[in-house]
Amino acid sequence: MYVAVKGGEKAIDAAHELLAKKRRGDRSLEALDTRQIEQQLKLSVDRVMAEGSLYDPPLAALAIKQAQGDLVEAVFLIRAYRSTLPRLATGVPVDITGMRLERRISATFKDLPGGQLLGPTYDYTHRLLDFRLMADGDVTEDAQDKPSATDETAPETQRPYSPAEGTPSVASLLRQQDLMETLAGESNSPAPDLSRDPLEYPTDRRTRLQALARGDEGFLLALGYSTQRGYGRNHPFAGEIRQGLVSLCIVPEELGFEIDIGDLELTECCMVNQFSVQADGKARLSSGYGLVFGNNERKAMAMALVDRSLRIGEFDESADSPAQQEEFVLSHCDNVEASGFVSHLKLPHYVDFQSELELLRRLRKENQE
Amino acid sequence: MTDRPGQDEAYNFAYLDEQTKRMIRRAILKGIAIPGCQIPFGGREMPLPYGWGTGGIQVTASILGPDDCLKVIDQGADDTTNAVSIRRFFERTAGIRSTLITEEADVIQTRHRIPETPLKAGQTLVYQVPIPEPLRFIEPSETATRRMHALEDYGVMHLKLYEDIARYGHVSTAYAYPVMVNQRYVMDPSPIPKFDNPKLHMSPALQLFGAGREKRLYALPPYTRVESLDFEDFPFEVQKWDEQCALCGATDSFLDEVITDDEGSRLFVCSDTDYCQKRQKRLTQSSSEVRKEELAS
Amino acid sequence: MNAIISAPGQQQGQPPGASGDTLPLLEVHQLSHLHAPGKGCENVSFELYPGEVMGVVGESGSGKTTLLHTLAGNLPPQSGYIHYRDRQGDVLNLQSLSEGEQMRLLRTDWGFIHQNPRDGLRLRASAGANIGERLMAQGERHFGRLREAGRKWLDAVEIPLSRIDDQPRTFSGGMQQRLQIARNLVSEPRLLFMDEPTGGLDVSVQARLLDLLRRLVVSLDLSVIIVTHDLAVARLLADRLMVMKEGQVVESGLTDQILDDPQHPYTQLLVSSVLTP
Repeated sequence: MYVAVKGGEKAIDAAHELLAKKRRGDRSLEALDTRQIEQQLKLSVDRVMAEGSLYDPPLAALAIKQAQGDLVEAVFLIRAYRSTLPRLATGVPVDITGMRLERRISATFKDLPGGQLLGPTYDYTHRLLDFRLMADGDVTEDAQDKPSATDETAPETQRPYSPAEGTPSVASLLRQQDLMETLAGESNSPAPDLSRDPLEYPTDRRTRLQALARGDEGFLLALGYSTQRGYGRNHPFAGEIRQGLVSLCIVPEELGFEIDIGDLELTECCMVNQFSVQADGKARLSSGYGLVFGNNERKAMAMALVDRSLRIGEFDESADSPAQQEEFVLSHCDNVEASGFVSHLKLPHYVDFQSELELLRRLRKENQE
Repeated sequence: MTDRPGQDEAYNFAYLDEQTKRMIRRAILKGIAIPGCQIPFGGREMPLPYGWGTGGIQVTASILGPDDCLKVIDQGADDTTNAVSIRRFFERTAGIRSTLITEEADVIQTRHRIPETPLKAGQTLVYQVPIPEPLRFIEPSETATRRMHALEDYGVMHLKLYEDIARYGHVSTAYAYPVMVNQRYVMDPSPIPKFDNPKLHMSPALQLFGAGREKRLYALPPYTRVESLDFEDFPFEVQKWDEQCALCGATDSFLDEVITDDEGSRLFVCSDTDYCQKRQKRLTQSSSEVRKEELAS
Repeated sequence: MNAIISAPGQQQGQPPGASGDTLPLLEVHQLSHLHAPGKGCENVSFELYPGEVMGVVGESGSGKTTLLHTLAGNLPPQSGYIHYRDRQGDVLNLQSLSEGEQMRLLRTDWGFIHQNPRDGLRLRASAGANIGERLMAQGERHFGRLREAGRKWLDAVEIPLSRIDDQPRTFSGGMQQRLQIARNLVSEPRLLFMDEPTGGLDVSVQARLLDLLRRLVVSLDLSVIIVTHDLAVARLLADRLMVMKEGQVVESGLTDQILDDPQHPYTQLLVSSVLTP
């Protein structure tokens, strides 16, 4: 009797022990090295860094290992760790045009300054399981016969990164011709910081972009997709997608000048959307923006679609569809919040349920009388 | 950091850094100054999931001192898994003393119950809150509900009660029953059973409410007027049981139902384990005293 | 309080009121709200006296609905003012009222009947709750009295009392519109705004609603501003008319005068385009 709630302490210990065993799996196999995860499951690492909003590949790899590959759980581990870190400095805005590109494509212009650079993409692969990866032989060994990536004679597409000579963005090219909306000047107020301050409605675009950048990829993908299917259509074109390395700089107070503290890998997407008439009476194209840590085009594109649909207030459009409703999107896009609240249903609710039962029985009894 | 026997040295006292705790304490002070008003605060991710008490944990972490004694309950019980987990979290990160006994605690963190033993001045009860907004299920937009609070536009709350009575002859809210605080703010008392609502009123203890995921906190300073919403001709009333506690015989406490076999036999026991055990102890003491008296005579 | 312009004792102009009252209930001066040049309402001035029904007519896009929403506080005026004389005889300047004071005024002294009852009803709350809402917002805390008010007003707008616990989404269009009227009248308002109240209803249903409205307006001594594109509705309900075109009032006067002897070419066109029986 009363077993369900007794012995909670012992049960937790035993559960943790079992979990550790399960996580390790068959001990006759070698344990995963976090460096292997960092190298060979890089796209998982990138996603965990983006949604965990902490750029640290080794830690993301550790989180993935500890979470048995459950990425939402890994994101949660990273976020909780993030809470314990002090804020040492604020970065200078990164220079996206100076990105050392690994990939850069535009769906709106066949050719453009800086060119199209296909980079390492799954886009044109045939999705056929490659059983060689399962066998002991590693396919990359076959590739060793081919010219190496650093070889001068290698075709251009196989070089890892373009030189940092600067590549103008598609948006700036359109803006030169006065065909793209001009954005409101930068606000003088310090940028909001969602990891420090609560989200307050109504928000501004800077806050929204921050929330979307750490938002759940699946949720944003579905919302972005819904706008394409007519729930808040906004005629998107993939104006430009670029992925590569940028330098992260800070200005330490004691120095007073910029110093480079390392590289960030980023993916940026600029959607070009339907035109509308601006205040000066001229019609111009509108846009949506996506930027994420690491290599994650799907997320960057979904983010850009949702960013544009949340800008309805600027274009006198009405919020008829889910992707256009700021509170709906921003309050539900964080997967640490979402998975926490869904999972809390597993906690005991004896008292609430007992209260419901008591009421139900009383109503029944009164009905019979 | 001072040497605290159980404290994990890798973390600051009670996990959060001091700046964060100060920020939360400022929000708490604002909440105390405006009883029942929801105060936004810069909630952090905690190593426990959202919805599992992160709001309560952050409030507790911010107010806890090294000499404080902590009690954690969930559904009224100290030994439910989540209560154990949170108590351990603070034992590990703050190295503080903990207790199961209501009277001994300086801070009591709770989910879904108010202890049966009346609280005293100087004690603080910290509630874990899933949805802080009492108007949320009537009006989903935060922009709209904040306006409604600002303008004291609360007619819709009674509209819900009206509908219940028209349909069932009763208000059909059995827990998270909304209250009016200090005749100004409508407040969600967290999902405590309405049985506990009268204990909110004029409590000598400080009551703090933390909602981590929604990043809101609110407070009831000691001796605050708290009235459960009702109609003059359908006054608020609490749950009553025909049964008594099978372990201690209490008739005045909130009872949990326990199903004892496949045939659906059931019995009722106190949800507040500390209260129940104290009563059981007293029962065995008094019965042994009776026996002693019998022997003596 | 700076919202009060003048107290009851002060005498202002003495224009003739429709029901013999000497002071206007509503005084509107040079009121403008434009979405774009020529779209919205511009420099509208008029006075409304207690018990008077003022019709605003014009084709769609003439700015009459914008005018109505600006008057009712749903849209902020860009220029001009609205003065309202309350029950105590104090003249309030609408723009200087706080958001809360405006809201209370809108839900007690005033009422707004939307063209589409869905905009003015809680479709998922019962008819009784819809009627009781204004009273609850004003602090009524007695369930029995709320039921009583619900029954009284259902009866007044000819809805069977058996429907008191039904949700209006199960009602016919005409019944929804009558419920919307009851929901507004329960607080005994002095001023009602109506936006095409009979629009979208069948002709027979329209006639019944108009008849009901006319009786209620007279028996409750209501002042009304009604926007309609239907001159027959205007003739039946309104004492006075304002004709709007491209955001401007082009002609105003007594209803019969305007409809029988229009002066402005636009009004002449409007009147002549209606088939006379």
